[in-house]
Amino acid sequence: MTRARTPEEIDALITAAQEGDRRALARLITLVENEGPAVEAVLQRLYPLTGNAYVIGITGAPGTGKSTLVNAMTREYRSRGLTVGIIAIDPTSPFSGGALLGDRVRMRDLVGDPGVFIRSMATRGSLGGLARATDDVVLLLDAMGFDRILIETVGVGQAEVDIASSAHTVIVVEAPGMGDDIQAIKAGILEIADIFVVNKADREGAERTVMALQAMLGLAPRTMTHHGRRMRVDMPEEARAWVPPIIKTVATRGEGVPELVDAVERHRAYLLESGEFHRREATRVAHELDHILREALLQRLVRRISPARLEATVQQVVARRVDPYTAAAELMRREEEARGEDRGDGGA
Amino acid sequence: MNTSRKIRVLIAKPGLDGHDRGAKVVARALRDAGFEVIYTGIRQTPEAIAEAALQEDVDVVGLSILSGAHMALVPKIMRLLRERGMGDVLVLVGGIIPDEDVPKLRAIGVRGVFGPGTLTSDIVAFIRRELGLEDGLDGDHAEEGEGS
Repeated sequence: MTRARTPEEIDALITAAQEGDRRALARLITLVENEGPAVEAVLQRLYPLTGNAYVIGITGAPGTGKSTLVNAMTREYRSRGLTVGIIAIDPTSPFSGGALLGDRVRMRDLVGDPGVFIRSMATRGSLGGLARATDDVVLLLDAMGFDRILIETVGVGQAEVDIASSAHTVIVVEAPGMGDDIQAIKAGILEIADIFVVNKADREGAERTVMALQAMLGLAPRTMTHHGRRMRVDMPEEARAWVPPIIKTVATRGEGVPELVDAVERHRAYLLESGEFHRREATRVAHELDHILREALLQRLVRRISPARLEATVQQVVARRVDPYTAAAELMRREEEARGEDRGDGGA
Repeated sequence: MNTSRKIRVLIAKPGLDGHDRGAKVVARALRDAGFEVIYTGIRQTPEAIAEAALQEDVDVVGLSILSGAHMALVPKIMRLLRERGMGDVLVLVGGIIPDEDVPKLRAIGVRGVFGPGTLTSDIVAFIRRELGLEDGLDGDHAEEGEGS
């Protein structure tokens, strides 16, 4: 396949995408996803156009109905006149490097709507539930004017905390019968939730799941405000802070979905009014810069080390002639030396 | 970490037959060959398939058809792909295709037709060959001037 590579081609793609050419947008996503030298050029041009989209992460264990919920939420947003970009992430096999991306199966309602763009992404070695280039693809969709961006994470349910730094609102999805003690919602996942959804709420055990969540959150007393305003007065700060609501949905029928979207929009309003939005953006940018720096440093280091030297080092460690920490330190030391020499050559 | 481009394949079942065993077997085999496979499920309209191929920016579209409706469905999908600027995508058809229809499908741009009994490894090899990747999936992707 021919792929755009020259700066002129990239410029043409960006211009076309901005004019609404979806093929051009799809190609730009591929460029960004492949993390080639084009990424910088694309993002440098598009960054000034970003900052308008609101990013919503949907995470939870496999089988809880994340894809169906994304489908239903998107329809609800469309009925409210907002456009939606969707990033659906599935894992890359660590053995073959391949991936089976199946989230579209549950999103067929959305095909043909020009106000929706769906992209499936494989994790490509990234842990934490997102694909390596997720944040960059978010920027692209943001620059192209999508009002809301939904990110559906990998459904492993235990280590998917990266979404907290990529999304403004994080929805953690649970379903009845997925484990009595809500195995999937463990430390970390619990903390990142801005909204809990108990999907498949028409099934037996839904109430129990809601109660288990309430107990874990310790918010049973605080949620009973409608029974005669029993909100406690001895916690003024908490009264203003966001309390993650628990929302019951039946995503296949769209039940509870307007309420869920309302809750997302309430959270958005809360973030904006409280100044939390700015703090989260700062955290996100810090995370992004950190990521870029790490990648750049790693690339620079790896390029400096010849495959032959790396292989020789590996064999030395295998033979127990050196430990991996010392070996890594030695490789780093050589790289620094080489860089020092380069600077000597290039200078003056 | 491998950061070179990945081959992306859309596997779709147009039309009304709901037998997706074959499509799923092929999807898994392609994943195991290192491709990123977007599986869209059964009963897809030609429009949905072309639009998914566009949004996912795939290199290959694999269509599984067991209903006998291939001469109605495939030409429409080919036209919709061309309309979206996706005329260069490698299109394969699998399923039950009578011999006399194979040249007709080739004539409208289908590059591979695979019937029952095809080895999945043959499909993988065919895709690699057509995309110019015989020497393995990624080949040498070192940047210029970075020789080791």
